[in-house]
Amino acid sequence: MKLNLKIWRQGGNYKNGQFVQYELPNVNPHMSFLEMLDVLNEQLVSKREEPVAFEHDCREGICGTCSMVIDGRPHGPMKGTTTCQLHMRHYNDGDTIVIEPFRAKAFPVIKDLVVDRSAFDRIIQSGGYVSVNTGQAQDANSIPVEKDQAGRSFDAAACIGCGACVAACPNASAMLFTSAKVSHLALLPQGQVERKRRVLKMVAQMDKEGFGQCSNVKACEAECPKEISVSNIARMNREYASAAFTNESN
Amino acid sequence: MSIKTSPALNSKAPSGPISDKWSHYKSTVPLVSPNNKRRIDVIIVGSGLAGASAAASLGELGYNVKVFTFHDSPRRAHSIAAQGGINAAKNYRNDGDSVYRLFYDTIKGGDYRAREANVHRLAEVSGNIIDQCVAQGVPFAREYGGLLDNRSFGGTQVSRTFYARGQTGQQLLIGAYQALSRQVSLGAVKLYNRHEMLDVVVVDGQCRGIIARNLLTGELERHAAHAVVLATGGYGNVFYLSTNAMMCNVTAAWRAHRRGAFFGNPCYTQIHPTCIPVSGDYQSKLTLMSESLRNDGRCWVPKNAADVKKNPNDIPEADRDYYLERRYPAFGNLVPRDIASRAAKMVCDEGRGVGSTGLAVYLDFADAIKRDGHAAISARYGNLFEMYEKITGEDPYKMPMRIYPAVHYTMGGLWVDYELMTTVPGLYATGESNFSDHGANRLGASALMQGLADGYFVLPYTIGSYLSNEIRTGAISTNLPEFDKAEKEVRDRIERLKAIKGKNSVESYHRRLGKIMWDKCGMARTEAGLKEAIQEIQALRADFWKDVFVPGSDAEYNPELEKALRVADFLELGELMCEDALHRNESCGGHFREEYQTPEGEALRDDDNFMYVAAWEWKGEGQKQDLHKESLDYEVVKVSQRSYK
Repeated sequence: MKLNLKIWRQGGNYKNGQFVQYELPNVNPHMSFLEMLDVLNEQLVSKREEPVAFEHDCREGICGTCSMVIDGRPHGPMKGTTTCQLHMRHYNDGDTIVIEPFRAKAFPVIKDLVVDRSAFDRIIQSGGYVSVNTGQAQDANSIPVEKDQAGRSFDAAACIGCGACVAACPNASAMLFTSAKVSHLALLPQGQVERKRRVLKMVAQMDKEGFGQCSNVKACEAECPKEISVSNIARMNREYASAAFTNESN
Repeated sequence: MSIKTSPALNSKAPSGPISDKWSHYKSTVPLVSPNNKRRIDVIIVGSGLAGASAAASLGELGYNVKVFTFHDSPRRAHSIAAQGGINAAKNYRNDGDSVYRLFYDTIKGGDYRAREANVHRLAEVSGNIIDQCVAQGVPFAREYGGLLDNRSFGGTQVSRTFYARGQTGQQLLIGAYQALSRQVSLGAVKLYNRHEMLDVVVVDGQCRGIIARNLLTGELERHAAHAVVLATGGYGNVFYLSTNAMMCNVTAAWRAHRRGAFFGNPCYTQIHPTCIPVSGDYQSKLTLMSESLRNDGRCWVPKNAADVKKNPNDIPEADRDYYLERRYPAFGNLVPRDIASRAAKMVCDEGRGVGSTGLAVYLDFADAIKRDGHAAISARYGNLFEMYEKITGEDPYKMPMRIYPAVHYTMGGLWVDYELMTTVPGLYATGESNFSDHGANRLGASALMQGLADGYFVLPYTIGSYLSNEIRTGAISTNLPEFDKAEKEVRDRIERLKAIKGKNSVESYHRRLGKIMWDKCGMARTEAGLKEAIQEIQALRADFWKDVFVPGSDAEYNPELEKALRVADFLELGELMCEDALHRNESCGGHFREEYQTPEGEALRDDDNFMYVAAWEWKGEGQKQDLHKESLDYEVVKVSQRSYK
């Protein structure tokens, strides 16, 4: 099939950008979306033009590296799917596809479709862990975890840190990302000791990075490729309120 | 046994009974006191399981650690993609598992080509890994009683694999990433994301730092340290198509090799039996379906070649050949990966392969769904089935999956001694980037185990042995002439690539190299094929340096330039892999030479002549590399023909 692509091109080092149109004949419907962009890039290189920069790595939907907005939706139209797992069989001959980077103040564009998401790392660094040094651990089975509770914790831990939640949110809020980590650890016995401190610090870092507030639009949940639930945001709000009222050190 | 170990290789495996070696080593290894650790700098390249766990642990110990990753975040490393699980000799199932059994299974699974002392240590620390990860909050699968669940995996007869749905690697990596993040917040570890190591710097025979390229600005940076740890993963992408993530590459290991680190067993490649088959020329990578699927899925092809195009559900039981169950009744569908892969190739070569290309076999869950119910199978493999459906557009609950082997892991890597140090003093290699623990074939769920064992529990001890001699060295200057020279060489290399301005894309060379490697140094190898491959690779490499086109500037984010540097190194590695495969006149594990097989088509080892590690020494561009042998003298395991019948 034949496709028209409108792709955001922006020079390196935070220059200005604009949409550029490309035509791509002969797209095989079994290709993945990124393989389609590979073909475009091969075509550009053969014309001695600079290829479209986009980030990608595992191409299995798990590393969280790929990050574009396709026709207005982070990771494209399919539910629970990263861009790398989106296949061209969901498009039709003659379609025009608009491709942009994730847009958020806290995710500055580096080049074309590549953005800087290191704010997420700093949120985790602010407290998204259990403080246990190597070698300090007790026998694994001495910490029983109720099966369904472990499952809920896993559901939150499944976040791949791609940033689609931020890109989807009209406020560019990072609440879904942050709350997924808060929930993952708050739901486990291992996370209890630092529970209050963690949520306070992570929320403070999130605000410092310039992410917006949550206004319950729930676009984050709708676009999350791992279908992380907004109930995590509710849990984080609860955790935060409880910690803010009872944490003596703050 | 008359193989003589090269004087250049000292394994430093401790003497004494196998079960005492590690505990004795740990209690006698020299220590570095806390006030001295503060004065010692360690560089870690790579932030996957092996790198992140080492960085976190060394940071906790008090060393000044710098960790480098070419990703935007340490959490992206390819360890994240491991699906199935992680082995540990916990014996929580009460099914007869033990440290010795895990050790024995790993040695046997590796076709008797791994170093005994290293493997035993790996089995010993395996239980600690699970403890550590659980304490970090890794959400492993649980039973109703709240205790940890296990599953079985290929090549073993016990259930020792811990798992977190089909995303074990992701959860373990996030655990290590969080431990690393904690050290970053405490100031013990400095994180350099979007930095790629392009050379190691050796001063007076000791590794003293690295040259790294800032991938956003293109600047070359010098970083000095008292020791450098490469945790840079495997080189499966030399085959172009593999299950490795797109950015996985050999550059860090290869640059170290060119600076004097010997490369061990480069030809040992693991071809994973259960991957989604290739569908077209545009294909950029292959997707693995976890080996755990073989617990419940049955591999088959039609008995008659005439049936291969039929709808599989219309082929009656009597006309199906469950070839693994037929050939290996004791292990059935759970034979090790190399055996399962070759068996699939064999039935496809017989013309009984299915799918549009004829290069696929069925992996059928109909019986398991009948036995355990849709819900139970969905709980075990739901996300894998979904992934399969997304890629192929077919529903594996209704149609058997189609699978075919694909390159997945490289057992070979930088040669290291018992302390995980390469032949360059002060330069270490951990995880998949070293050669040490899996012999000629890795068992499923052992890669995660090895990466974390090296980083959490081995390197933090062994690196002290070297660093205890560095406490008086003082800070190392990046103004040394060796840094000047290394930086200049990297710069020249980049300039040279940019100046070619040829007519072919980097990708096109990578694809051509991959085809040579897969056809001639893949699942089955022959003397004639390997000789051809070497010539073809040499010609391709020459052409690359004459006619490649690298667009864009080197002073900004430029993925094409990054790829060009990596492919250039693959073009050198590929030749060495073929040389290694050519010299090893036997078949073992993932290395199958057609000339050396039993009448039933099984790998035929030659222990008298080849029971050694092949460690190759770089001798300069265009020169043949020197072969050094480390004899594998087994003290404990009785070497026999591997049988899974």
